[in-house]
Amino acid sequence: MDDLLSEFLTETAESLDVVDVELVKFEQEPNNAEILDNIFRLVHTVKGTCGFLGLPRLEAVAHAAETLMGKFRDGAPVTPGAVSLVLSSIDRIKVLLEELEQTGQEPDGNDQDLIGQLEALSLSFEGGDGEAAAAAQADAGTPSEPDGAAEAAPEVQSGAPAADEPGLPDQTLERELRPGEVSLDELERAFQEAPGPEFHEPKPAPAAPAAAPSGGKDGAPQRSEGGVKNQSIRVNVDTLEKLMTTVSELVLTRNQLLEIVRRHEESEFKVPLQRLSNVTAELQDGVMKTRMQPIGNAWQKLPRIVRDLAQEVGKKIELEMSGEDTELDRQVLEKIKDPLTHMVRNSADHGLESTEDRIAAGKKETGTVRLSAYHEGGHIIIEVSDDGRGINLEKVGKKAVERGLVTEAELEKMSETQIQKFIFDAGFSTAQKVTSVSGRGVGMDVVRTNIELIGGSIDLKSITGQGSTFTIKIPLTLAIVSALIVESAEQRFAIPQLNVVELVRAQTNSDHRIETIKETPVLRLRNKLLPLIQMSKIFGIEDPAHFGEDEGKAAEDGFIVVTQVGQLTFGIVVDGVFHTEEIVVKPMSTMLKDIPMFSGNTILGDGSVIMIIDPNGIAQEFGSALATTLDAIDVDAEALGKSNEATTSLLLFRAGSAEPKAVPLSLVTRLEEINVGDIETVNGRSVVQYRGTLMPLVFVTPETERRKEGTQPLLVFADASHSMGLVVDDIVDIVEDTLDIEIRSERPGMLGSAVIKGKATEILDLGHYLPLAFEDWFERKEMSAEALTKRALFVDDSPFFRNMLTPVLKAAGYKVDTMEDAQTALAMLAGGTRYDVIISDIEMPGMNGFEFAEAVTNDPRTKQLPIIALSSHSSPAAISRGRQAGFFDYVAKFDREGLIAALKEASVPMEEAA
Amino acid sequence: MDNDNVVSLIEDETTEFVTVHIGEQLFGLPINRVHDVFLPESITLVPLAPRDVAGVLNLRGRIVTAIDMRGRLGMPPRDAEETPMAVGIEYGGESFGLLIDSVGEVLRLSTAELESNPINLDSRWARVSAGVYRLEGRLMVILNVDRVLSMEAAAFAA
Repeated sequence: MDDLLSEFLTETAESLDVVDVELVKFEQEPNNAEILDNIFRLVHTVKGTCGFLGLPRLEAVAHAAETLMGKFRDGAPVTPGAVSLVLSSIDRIKVLLEELEQTGQEPDGNDQDLIGQLEALSLSFEGGDGEAAAAAQADAGTPSEPDGAAEAAPEVQSGAPAADEPGLPDQTLERELRPGEVSLDELERAFQEAPGPEFHEPKPAPAAPAAAPSGGKDGAPQRSEGGVKNQSIRVNVDTLEKLMTTVSELVLTRNQLLEIVRRHEESEFKVPLQRLSNVTAELQDGVMKTRMQPIGNAWQKLPRIVRDLAQEVGKKIELEMSGEDTELDRQVLEKIKDPLTHMVRNSADHGLESTEDRIAAGKKETGTVRLSAYHEGGHIIIEVSDDGRGINLEKVGKKAVERGLVTEAELEKMSETQIQKFIFDAGFSTAQKVTSVSGRGVGMDVVRTNIELIGGSIDLKSITGQGSTFTIKIPLTLAIVSALIVESAEQRFAIPQLNVVELVRAQTNSDHRIETIKETPVLRLRNKLLPLIQMSKIFGIEDPAHFGEDEGKAAEDGFIVVTQVGQLTFGIVVDGVFHTEEIVVKPMSTMLKDIPMFSGNTILGDGSVIMIIDPNGIAQEFGSALATTLDAIDVDAEALGKSNEATTSLLLFRAGSAEPKAVPLSLVTRLEEINVGDIETVNGRSVVQYRGTLMPLVFVTPETERRKEGTQPLLVFADASHSMGLVVDDIVDIVEDTLDIEIRSERPGMLGSAVIKGKATEILDLGHYLPLAFEDWFERKEMSAEALTKRALFVDDSPFFRNMLTPVLKAAGYKVDTMEDAQTALAMLAGGTRYDVIISDIEMPGMNGFEFAEAVTNDPRTKQLPIIALSSHSSPAAISRGRQAGFFDYVAKFDREGLIAALKEASVPMEEAA
Repeated sequence: MDNDNVVSLIEDETTEFVTVHIGEQLFGLPINRVHDVFLPESITLVPLAPRDVAGVLNLRGRIVTAIDMRGRLGMPPRDAEETPMAVGIEYGGESFGLLIDSVGEVLRLSTAELESNPINLDSRWARVSAGVYRLEGRLMVILNVDRVLSMEAAAFAA
């Protein structure tokens, strides 16, 4: 592509961006002649240059648009329809330009559709205002081509009066000419009007009268603009990038020098080096500045977008922007452009209510979308807020459940903020109808991803009825980042500070202790289990110092860098943490680019090269593994509370035989490893001192290996006052699988067998072992003797729970009938079987627990019957809902003690009633 | 980038080569491609890197990727006590350091005497060899630096 053309493309694109913005402004202030003049001039310039370069299609469109704008200038009414038409011709020009840029040629075809509309509108304005005379005059002024194509004729007529100036007729003609035949007049004008007055004398004033001799006001803005432009030059981005690299290297060299001089107390270099240091810092600042661009550049297109959107959806929207001057690195700017656009669209489309809704809500008719940017400690904060309806928590929650992002049970426990954040999850869009603007399913998750890619973060605050505010925090530049220097296996690495949430020191005998579940290290951190990744392990670097030591022992001490990537939080275990340092990110060598764990490398002040860790890469590499581990070991997650289709986290272990055995992970309180030497025998039973008390040990089978030395793994089960250690041979794994007991077991201690991960696995019957440790485990709550004769109806769709809890109920002295769904249970009750208590699950297919309870309480025969709800969670809200439905009590599924207490309580009113 | 400088140099009467030892073999590198010869100090290992990337190091403010030539050429690794030397090469706008065992003299040799690779040469070597010189008592393989660096690591794994 020749230079002239590429120059033209750059400049025209810039002009058109300005036109976009100006047009929207103009629509709001149709009487502002200055704006109109500015638009007119820009379009005119585009047209002129197109003609000069021999681009007839572009020229024709520009011309027709210019004509229409001429009408506005002559006082024709400015209607949204007319402005839309001009805007769409600007769009057409952009499309043509794009093609031109790719192929170097104007595409074939014509734009008669658009031109026709523009002309029709122009003509419609031509009424009794004497334009016809001007047209005639224009005709007269073009004698060279009186026999122009019939089609072109009306255009000539409409075009001429628009401009109402002597130069124009020549231009309309030139559309018919080949580029070589451009009149000198036109050439002159094209040159004068082309932006880029830096090549002109400081006063391009003559251009203005030439372009629009009809009004002096044309000249004024142009002149002042010229003045500003004279102060700047265009520089190739590559040049700037190179400069930046060079300066980065200079900075590094300076750092090295400083490091050396620091070691020598008295050095004659000290003073000059100090000066060098200052100058370097200034230079770095200066070069950084050249890469900075006002964020307003990324906003330029937004007024137009909002305006179009407002038209399309019929809302009144005002876009307020502040902090356009806030500068940030152009690389960052490019990357946030699209996410920002998307967010503003979202706010305007989904955030704001329709005009009627706003009026109904007593709000002002015009909705406001506010966009602001400001600096805050090395970061740029961008806020996009609207005064709309706020995020509909209910809808978001419902959708999250539908999409399987969360279970209903989990949802109820979540805070508003947590629920709101679902909109950042993949494939989430709450718009009920898909508009052309948004709601295509690519939503905030894409925004979030893009922002995170440049090391930024996004947050959301929303108040129902008052609007939402999105806050984006992004680094000023990508070239220099603050990083934490850590050490692993005697090698140092840098972790970007932005991803680091906190640092935790892990020690064997402290609260923060690295524990392992089947060699998977985890850390208890404020009621959560944090999955850990050993840095040395993922990098396959073993510390030679730790060779030969016990497996896993080395992992117990260390620092844990709690790292956050998106929704994922994990800990990176390192051997040491040094300090934070501002580092200049240098790209990785092409030979090492394929390693996703590193985002680059840098030279530290001491001159050594160090790898910069990309937490995104680590999260990706381990993301899937982490996610499942997270689910499996999340202390709060009660995966068991799902229906039997749902998967359950199971702890696999071996005891007594080679076949694996399993127990639901959520029943296990802790995993421990005890020294065999610590096992004591009291009264013929094995016990171990554990956390200040004696904990009885129970062996899964008599064959369970009783080791003579070393350590033995334990599963610890505990309730409020008792704990018991179940001795196993070894812990195999944690898996996520459906638990479907296929063969009932006759053996005490086993519920039966299920296929877990393709292997027949025995499922442990915990109910068998707990009384072995404490005879009164289930009964110590002084169950009354008469309870023995009572009957309980137990409804649960999950065979696992039926198997699991029946022994508990039996142990509590009930004769138990189990039903797998509420309908059968109702039929059973209707059939006249008398029960003393009903225990029912909440989440069941078909009729759920609430409906079941209502049905039971509505029936006079069973009205008195206490019903205890079993659920995987027991939030106050759920409990009150349960009470409303007629439940007598609400017990969490694993709260045996609670269940026993509830049964005991339930039996009291029954006795009174009886 | 002069991609095949060795070939292009054939028109000259003579070419200067920096001779280096890798294992038992003598190699020659065209002197115009050798930016410097240095003792590689404090190489930072890069975890998960291809086996023949020895690491990265700082050479006067530039990050240089060190390539273990023994690895690249499928030779056994050098003993721990032997310290390698490095030859600095620019390729594709990046700096590389080829780790070799020792550096010898600079030889000026007539291009006419360069013989093509023997057909039975190890295919791995044949790919990076630009020809062979018969010197007195020994053979010197001329390395095509660009090919050494452009070769996919996988190709050497074979």
